[in-house]
Amino acid sequence: MSGKLMEAGRTLAMGENEAAARERATVEAPFGRALARLGQTRSDIVGLTADLGKYTDILPFRDAFPQRFFNVGMAEQNLVAVAAGMARTGLTPFATTYGVFASRRAFDFIAIALAHSNLNVKIVAGLPGLTTGYGGTHQAIEDLALMRMIPGLTVIDPCDATEIEAATEAIADHPGPVYMRLLRGVVPVVLEPGQKFEIGKARKLRDGADVGIVSTGFMTERALDAAEVLAGRDVSVAVLHVPTIKPFDAQAVAEFAAGVGHVVTAENHVVVGGLGSLVVETLFDAGVSRKVTRIGLPDRFIECGAVPTLQARYGLTTEAVVATIAGLQ
Amino acid sequence: MLRNSPPGEADIAALRQKATRLRRHMLTMARGQGAGYIGQGLGIADLLAALYFHELRYDPENLTWADRDRFLLSTGHYSIALWAALAEAGIIPVDELRTYGADDSRLEMSTLDTTPGVEVIGGSLGHGLGQGVGQALGLRVHRSDARVFVELSDGEMQEGSTWEAAMSASHFRLDRLIALIDCNGIQADGPVVLDMEPVTDKWRAFGWETFEIDGNDMAAVVSALAYARQRNGKPKAIVLRTLPGKGVPRIETSEKSHFFRVDIGEWDGIIATFEQSVGGAA
Repeated sequence: MSGKLMEAGRTLAMGENEAAARERATVEAPFGRALARLGQTRSDIVGLTADLGKYTDILPFRDAFPQRFFNVGMAEQNLVAVAAGMARTGLTPFATTYGVFASRRAFDFIAIALAHSNLNVKIVAGLPGLTTGYGGTHQAIEDLALMRMIPGLTVIDPCDATEIEAATEAIADHPGPVYMRLLRGVVPVVLEPGQKFEIGKARKLRDGADVGIVSTGFMTERALDAAEVLAGRDVSVAVLHVPTIKPFDAQAVAEFAAGVGHVVTAENHVVVGGLGSLVVETLFDAGVSRKVTRIGLPDRFIECGAVPTLQARYGLTTEAVVATIAGLQ
Repeated sequence: MLRNSPPGEADIAALRQKATRLRRHMLTMARGQGAGYIGQGLGIADLLAALYFHELRYDPENLTWADRDRFLLSTGHYSIALWAALAEAGIIPVDELRTYGADDSRLEMSTLDTTPGVEVIGGSLGHGLGQGVGQALGLRVHRSDARVFVELSDGEMQEGSTWEAAMSASHFRLDRLIALIDCNGIQADGPVVLDMEPVTDKWRAFGWETFEIDGNDMAAVVSALAYARQRNGKPKAIVLRTLPGKGVPRIETSEKSHFFRVDIGEWDGIIATFEQSVGGAA
């Protein structure tokens, strides 16, 4: 991406830093960069948004391909319907909005207009969980639960800039509807760049025997940092990163759990219906008997406040993960 | 049976005969289940005859032809009319019509897009127009001159998504998109429960080139469709005032015309009266 292009598409959102406390390299607008890059070879890719182009990092694509970018205004049901219609003509629409609006307001359209017909539309959903201080109206705290109930919908919660770029390429190649959570703005690099994203595959990022963290989304960064801290206290912590919530890699989760003493799940989402629920269901079905401790948001709407304050208050920081696991011993 | 666009002069008498055939199919289908959304189907028989046997460009041998005109039935429960039209058009076998609404039939009481010739899943009302906008935009990206016709109903206009779609169609200047608004005055709870008038003014205010016609007058339907071919940067809306049960007095006068159910003996009487009224036509 040229510097000029990024400058034209520069937004308030891009000033936000999603990185946890640890020093890490960062990438600006990894989704928009990846989509603009894909657009050069894939003339079937079109971009859509519902008055949140600036805030969902899609402007690099708009600036590169203005003829293939459509802003439908503040109308999320129509955003999904229009994307569905475009997909029926052979295009591959990427439609961005916030997770709250996609999953709550446009639910029937994602279920019926997209998933029921297995249409090739990618919903890219900003502000997952506690990545905004705007309270319940803007925090998508239950979107993974809602979206994973829809038959045939692929649901992804990437952990960093590397994974967002790779997943953007992977979902563009995947024929079918996808809901992907977006980390926007200045996004940390946690995983080694240059790796291919495999839909439906969990990745073991760290070995360990005492405790195994099964994590998704940005909680994987916290999980890895917590494992490092705990290693210094002679607690051996493994980390299994599960970026694809659906289809869920049940086999990898069951095998991982069988190899550790205690399972901890970590998600930027309510503990009801998301990753924690999935892991418990999976282990029960597989007959793997392990104690499971779920880290995530409580079953309630979260107040307004600064993002670091909220993440600390609700246990989504590295320190909180360390404290939870230390408390298990 | 490849069709051309714009088509030549319409044969109004022949199209009226087609509409009669569609009504006959629908009566047979509804008799099979003893019930169906036949009031609505009979009401739009004239529109579907004008579309499938005159205005639409399509090839029944090649349903995925990229440059075909699309017809989206947003009110999925009007399926009985669509099945009749698709059978007459040679897209599904006429023999199959008798399976309407039966277990495992492709001819559901509310459309799914797994049946050949169905361009959209209707039934969750308020979905069709937005998907029509998307198809029209997509066709423009592909530089196709195909047109998109979306049927929706007066009750359906109560779904807010209809107006989201209406706003975007005029914003994107989709002049190859035609909304066909069936105003039959009924909805699930009876006569229209939330006043939608003035319908025509609403569509004009949203930037659509709008015509209001008697939707059961074949000459008026054909002429409105012809007028809607013009390229003037505006999407077109045809407001069709239709009579639910049109052509079958027993259903026209029924208070239960949203979902009509009578016993087999009465169906036979209804069909006999219908055949008498059309004098064995078509």
